[in-house]
Amino acid sequence: MSDTSAMVILIAAVFTNNILLSNFLGMCSFIACSSQVETALGLGTAVTFVMTLTAMINYAIYHFVLAPLQLGHLQFIVFIAVIAAFVQLVEMIVERFSPKLYFALGIFLPLITVNCAILGASLFAIIRNYTFVQTVGFGFGAGLGWLVAIVLMAGLQQKMRYGDVPKPFAGVPVAMIITCVMAMAFMGFAGMVTIQ
Amino acid sequence: MSNNSSCTTCGGLCGGKGLVTLKEGVWTSNPLAIQVLGICSALAVTNKLSNSLVMGAALLFVCVGSNLFVSLLRNHIPHRIRMIAEVAIIATFVILFDQFLKAYYWEMSKQLGPYVGLIITNCIVMGRAEAFALQNPPLVSIVDGVANGIGYGVALAIIGFLRELFGAGQVVFFGMTIDLGSWYTPNQLMILAPGAFFVFGILIAIFNVLKGDDAEEGQ
Repeated sequence: MSDTSAMVILIAAVFTNNILLSNFLGMCSFIACSSQVETALGLGTAVTFVMTLTAMINYAIYHFVLAPLQLGHLQFIVFIAVIAAFVQLVEMIVERFSPKLYFALGIFLPLITVNCAILGASLFAIIRNYTFVQTVGFGFGAGLGWLVAIVLMAGLQQKMRYGDVPKPFAGVPVAMIITCVMAMAFMGFAGMVTIQ
Repeated sequence: MSNNSSCTTCGGLCGGKGLVTLKEGVWTSNPLAIQVLGICSALAVTNKLSNSLVMGAALLFVCVGSNLFVSLLRNHIPHRIRMIAEVAIIATFVILFDQFLKAYYWEMSKQLGPYVGLIITNCIVMGRAEAFALQNPPLVSIVDGVANGIGYGVALAIIGFLRELFGAGQVVFFGMTIDLGSWYTPNQLMILAPGAFFVFGILIAIFNVLKGDDAEEGQ
């Protein structure tokens, strides 16, 4: 894995190995917050930002603190603590220095702590043995991929309002079927680039 | 849209003791099929029946453990920091289960990959701790944990069974094999990502039909 360039990983994480459509991460907020394109865009941006930075921080903590001390099994609890603390910190900084951005992103930040895609990206980066630069590429790409998926979904959901959905399928089931079709479409990218 | 509930504020349907709690977790408010919580792991690990069952067992263990301890400590956890306390308790049990898998079932642990760790962010566990264990005594909380674990496991097993059956043409489970026979050409798509979304969507729709009209208002 060490010779794949970060750029390739980034593109793969957006298209061929989309964290939502092929790894199923971040489904909860994907289903709950995909009714408006603007909301989806805001949440997606916040996720991309947090994911890139927490993947970097967790990489550093794992390779420079946990691994040398043989404490690898503590990675789950440490990672989730880092993510929670980081989200809190970002919230405070954004609130202090950019109230405008805070109102745009603010409500999404607490939601991000429970978004499994963030923790998943950190864990994947460790499991796949990425170098630091690759981790940055992967974190950013995975976030971007999630953003693309949720914005597409929100656009489709807005159109869906005028559709005549059978009653048992209304709501989540039809969202799942749409996601199924999207996942199939994204499978068309397979072969463009490959990562593990 | 009837599904605007965010992950942490799920459930809310607590109350009821013993059997009622059990029935609620397994059937009337099945975490997966009715409340649509914790679907990330449900979709990711269900490409095989055996994986689904191990994941169900993992969730059962974590849910019971965290419910019990959150409930025991419910009068001692300051309200402001209850989230992080819950996460710490949940993470402890997840680490225990992960270490157990790594020690005794290495192959399974490799197949499940990061998804065992992701139980920490699984909305079901967090939701039950927040909505049920914080307000109820330990014994009922254990029942609630068992009920939700079973409800989740059963739904997972159904998805896993269908995906393996139609994706591979046969289900191999503890030496038993259920074979569709040579007339069926296995559809690889069922094992891949789209199959998961498809089967899950159909499953919720079927649950909706079975439950009747109150399913939509219940969410």
